[in-house]
Amino acid sequence: MEGLRFTLRDAPPAAALRTRLRDFLREAGRDWTPEIRARSWMGFSREFSLVVGREGWIGMGWSKTYGGHERSAMERLIVLEELLAAGAPAGAHWIGDRQSGPLILRLGTEEQRRTLLPGIARGELAFCIGLSEPDSGSDLASLRTRAERVPGGWLLNGRKLWTTFGHLCDYMIALVRTSPAPEKGARHQGLSQVLVDLRASGITIRPIRDLTGEEAFNEITFDDVRLPDDALIGQEGAGWTQATSELAFERSGPDRILSSYPLLAESVTALRDDPAAAEPLGREVARLWGLRRMSLSIAGMLENGEDPVRQAALVKDLGNSYEQALPGNLRRMADMDTMPEEVRRMHAYLTQIAPTFSLRGGTREIMRGIIAKELGLR
Amino acid sequence: MSDDIAAMLVEQVTRALAEHCDASTLREVEARRFPKQAWDALAPIGLRLALVPEDQGGAGLGLEAAADLFMALGRHGAPVPLAEDMVAAMLFAAGGLEVPDDGVLTFAAAGSAVPWGAFATRVAMVHGRRLHITAGGVANGRASISGEPRDVIEHATTLAEVTLPEAFGDDSARALTALVRAAEIAGALGAILALAVDYANIRVQFGRPIGRFQAIQQQLAEFAEESACTSVAARSAGRAADQRGLAGAAFEIGCAKIIAGEAAGKCAGIAHQVFAAIGITEDHSLHHFTRRLWSWREEGGTERFWARRIGAEAQARGGAALWPDITARDEEPSP
Repeated sequence: MEGLRFTLRDAPPAAALRTRLRDFLREAGRDWTPEIRARSWMGFSREFSLVVGREGWIGMGWSKTYGGHERSAMERLIVLEELLAAGAPAGAHWIGDRQSGPLILRLGTEEQRRTLLPGIARGELAFCIGLSEPDSGSDLASLRTRAERVPGGWLLNGRKLWTTFGHLCDYMIALVRTSPAPEKGARHQGLSQVLVDLRASGITIRPIRDLTGEEAFNEITFDDVRLPDDALIGQEGAGWTQATSELAFERSGPDRILSSYPLLAESVTALRDDPAAAEPLGREVARLWGLRRMSLSIAGMLENGEDPVRQAALVKDLGNSYEQALPGNLRRMADMDTMPEEVRRMHAYLTQIAPTFSLRGGTREIMRGIIAKELGLR
Repeated sequence: MSDDIAAMLVEQVTRALAEHCDASTLREVEARRFPKQAWDALAPIGLRLALVPEDQGGAGLGLEAAADLFMALGRHGAPVPLAEDMVAAMLFAAGGLEVPDDGVLTFAAAGSAVPWGAFATRVAMVHGRRLHITAGGVANGRASISGEPRDVIEHATTLAEVTLPEAFGDDSARALTALVRAAEIAGALGAILALAVDYANIRVQFGRPIGRFQAIQQQLAEFAEESACTSVAARSAGRAADQRGLAGAAFEIGCAKIIAGEAAGKCAGIAHQVFAAIGITEDHSLHHFTRRLWSWREEGGTERFWARRIGAEAQARGGAALWPDITARDEEPSP
């Protein structure tokens, strides 16, 4: 159970940075609708991400050589927390900053770093992640999209599904098969990560309308798409290991805890004169505090060069359950039709979208499977 | 330095508990007998002086380190009143009194049941900022859900009366009890989880260990989540108390107690579901731990008590202050 141990960590004193962020977000958020705030990091705004990039709040930990700002992981965490607490539409740079950028920094070629990272850090380049396929969800290793070696590059064929913002992004980093799966077992071999320019010919992107009526995710079909030689990220055949090693970063962030925070804050204000709401609100606040302590702990472990991938799965599942339960819990405190319009609309949006919280980034069942394995259950 | 002392004490206590305490010790306690053999084996480790400041002859450990010790005790069902004894000694010292070097100490808020009251030689009774030291007095034999002595004490003679430092606030006995019980719950959760995992790996049904069924795995994973969260919360609350004093850490201690109390209910349910009928039997050791979860969550303020207080504070401050207040609490530089 060593993989479930947490070392305590406090946030560093950063009052000045927080104040700067809060002033900025108050100004930037003047016209955000309740739906925009409720969407949080699933809101996509190129304009907003450009401004955030100009402020130096994307790629904060990366070397200046690649457009980064050489700030600490904790400072980056503070920026993420403030964006989320404000319900900022940070989706256009979220994946590049959280996942694709760090991957390129770690495993990309010098050329890839120099061409891609500065654009991400400026908030200009938007990335999406190509994992799920029509027949491969939680059982990701069964994926079938394949890239074949051809003279001068790769030929990509297949289909990715549920790709968030695929129709709005510039690049996808896709996990694909580059050599056939062995007959039995070892299906994790032969997978590679490739960079796909979404403007390339042979790509068809079909947005899929979700239950809120929005088009956030897609189906992306690759039909003999030519990728250049240098599309490969990292090592050929090491895609599974590479993709899973991103997971501690992907799963442990404050975006797994704070997705519905703006609704909580508005509710506290709306219910401030209701003594009966004190207890249930207090329970929400206590959980939030506890989850944040866990999230800080993981950030500290990451900064120390540890790989808390199991702790991250644990906090993701707890955090998702928390942010997912909020809309339902609120209904036990108040009738939504009597609440201020701001709260009612946020609640309406989050009620519909909250089921995705325990799906995206790995389902609840997969997270709990990871924990069970660490416990020694087989 | 103090980190090393804390780690060493945790190790010593854990070893001594493993050697001298088992289910029979817990049964002894539940039968209202003082577990003298266990106490005599553990007392010489010197935990009494762990939280006493160095200039008063103690080890000067803080409450974050103490939380680790409470967790170690909770992992064995807290068979002896060492947590109570340590905290009482801390109160003695905080009031400027000399810490007794024998007997059994305990503490409580005035008017509350006294943990292990029937067996204590000195009770640190807290009335607001006033600390009354009393001799054992007449215990009424009251017990918790798990049969641990929780006596209401009458006709006790006050031996000394002093004032506690301002940083202790007006409700220090409740806060200290909450911290102790939250950490002990975290420890007990760890023990129960280990038992449940072992059982799930050996109990065979439908031709395989039940731990291979996803339904069981998912429940125990949920247990592990609650357990980890409780442990982080209890240690963080202790750390906050070290940074800002007991009164200044009421928010964190309350949050930790809420988290621990909720986890206690949920995890006791999961454990009994995994063990099924055997876990309900008197002979099986599971109930010594699950019944303590149900007891401990009642003490030092329930989830309801703390949630009302924390919620009311959040309401008074307004939603716009909620996030700034939470983040500001973590940014206090360590003294």
